[in-house]
Amino acid sequence: MLNNYLPILIFLAIATAVALVLLTLGSTIGRFFAREPADRDKLSAYECGFEAFEDSRMKFDVRYYLVAILFIVFDLEIVFLFPWAVALGDIGVAGLIAMVVFLGILTVGFIYEWKKGALEWD
Amino acid sequence: MHTQITHLLALWASLPQIVRTVVWILIITIGVILCVAFLTLWERKVIGWMQLRRGPNRVRIFGMLPGLGQPFADVFKLLTKEVVVPSAASKFLFRIAPALALIPAIAAWAVIPLSPQLVVSKANAGLLYLLALSSMGVYGIILAGWSANSKYALLGAMRSAAQMVAYEIAMGFALVGVLMAAGSMNLGQIVQHQQGGFLAWNWFWLFPLFVVYLIAGVAETNRAPFDVAEGESEIVAGFHVEYSGIAFALFFLAEYANMILISTLTAVFFFGGWLSPFAGYPGIGHTFLGDPSFFWLGLKVFVFLFLFLWFRATFPRYRYDQIMRLGWKALIPVTLVWIGVEMIMAAIHIGPWARPWFH
Repeated sequence: MLNNYLPILIFLAIATAVALVLLTLGSTIGRFFAREPADRDKLSAYECGFEAFEDSRMKFDVRYYLVAILFIVFDLEIVFLFPWAVALGDIGVAGLIAMVVFLGILTVGFIYEWKKGALEWD
Repeated sequence: MHTQITHLLALWASLPQIVRTVVWILIITIGVILCVAFLTLWERKVIGWMQLRRGPNRVRIFGMLPGLGQPFADVFKLLTKEVVVPSAASKFLFRIAPALALIPAIAAWAVIPLSPQLVVSKANAGLLYLLALSSMGVYGIILAGWSANSKYALLGAMRSAAQMVAYEIAMGFALVGVLMAAGSMNLGQIVQHQQGGFLAWNWFWLFPLFVVYLIAGVAETNRAPFDVAEGESEIVAGFHVEYSGIAFALFFLAEYANMILISTLTAVFFFGGWLSPFAGYPGIGHTFLGDPSFFWLGLKVFVFLFLFLWFRATFPRYRYDQIMRLGWKALIPVTLVWIGVEMIMAAIHIGPWARPWFH
């Protein structure tokens, strides 16, 4: 059975190699056509022609964190559902009812988030 | 001539398994990249026709169809462009991010069954592998946006990452529904369990999940109408605003390779992969029309890719709060409800759950 996982590893290695070779090749050819030395304006961050006022390492909206936290919670639930869904044929009605209870609790939590406004974006 | 072919086939069969695997991997990788090249041309042509233009029609190869040489001319141009690294950027991450975006888009093809015989790996956990890789795609985007040290890039990357993780939930729940109907995470088996003609495919019993999966797929790849990550009227080009030359081309390649991947997965999960729509019809029997083959998968993938382009030419861009609302408040409830409906269907043994593998 492990025989089936070696090709995946080889595929990952080849995909990495393709990406790195393209990147190196393109950078090398590109450097050949580049105008050197590059001036300060060319190497500054794009800001519609202005000089950048400040660094971009700044504060950003906390809602992005909220989305990330909700993502982790729901993704774990998906991970929990996956093996159950595959084994659906073997676990019978008892397994079905157990998952109904779990999904019921999940739905209550989801409604709570909804009512609390955690899913709002404005 | 005939004996030569037989000799070649015998030689091929005598090669060690590992060599054959590597050759197939290379063929698939190059095939995907070529498909991306022609997909970009097809996209520009289709959108051109929809807007009563001609699309690219100047570059020819060997005097054939006008425009056929366009992707190759584009690649040549991008290869010869300088890769500018901004002085304020985190140089290492900035250089490595395009590769991180491209690797998952290509490596995912390891578990995709292209025809009944042709699949690189028949891994039992194929679906888990795909889910893991599609999550990896976020890293390339967020690292690209953060390392460039540009405000537009950072904003684009934040938007893009939040949108991708939000829609990944809906996608994951839709896949739970598919797993319930297939009873296996092996993609080849998921296809095989849909045998029996057009109406036996998963889309019929899982129609809401199919719609959710398609919408989430469009959002996952940051395509129009969900392309706020690179909404050019607000944040220029989003996370790859500082990229040029081949580094930009890799992001482009990754986006289009992901489009092809999502189309293929939609075909595999909901439209019977390489199965023929006419299988089981009287009078067809074991002919080309009735037998499963790569042709059917290709045809389905082509249809879904056309949908991607059609969406882009038709729909106006969503606002960001609308995107988040659609993801959390429309798609996820639909999938939850339909998982409940599937439980009932499984309990009373109808649809996919009336088949012999389910007991």
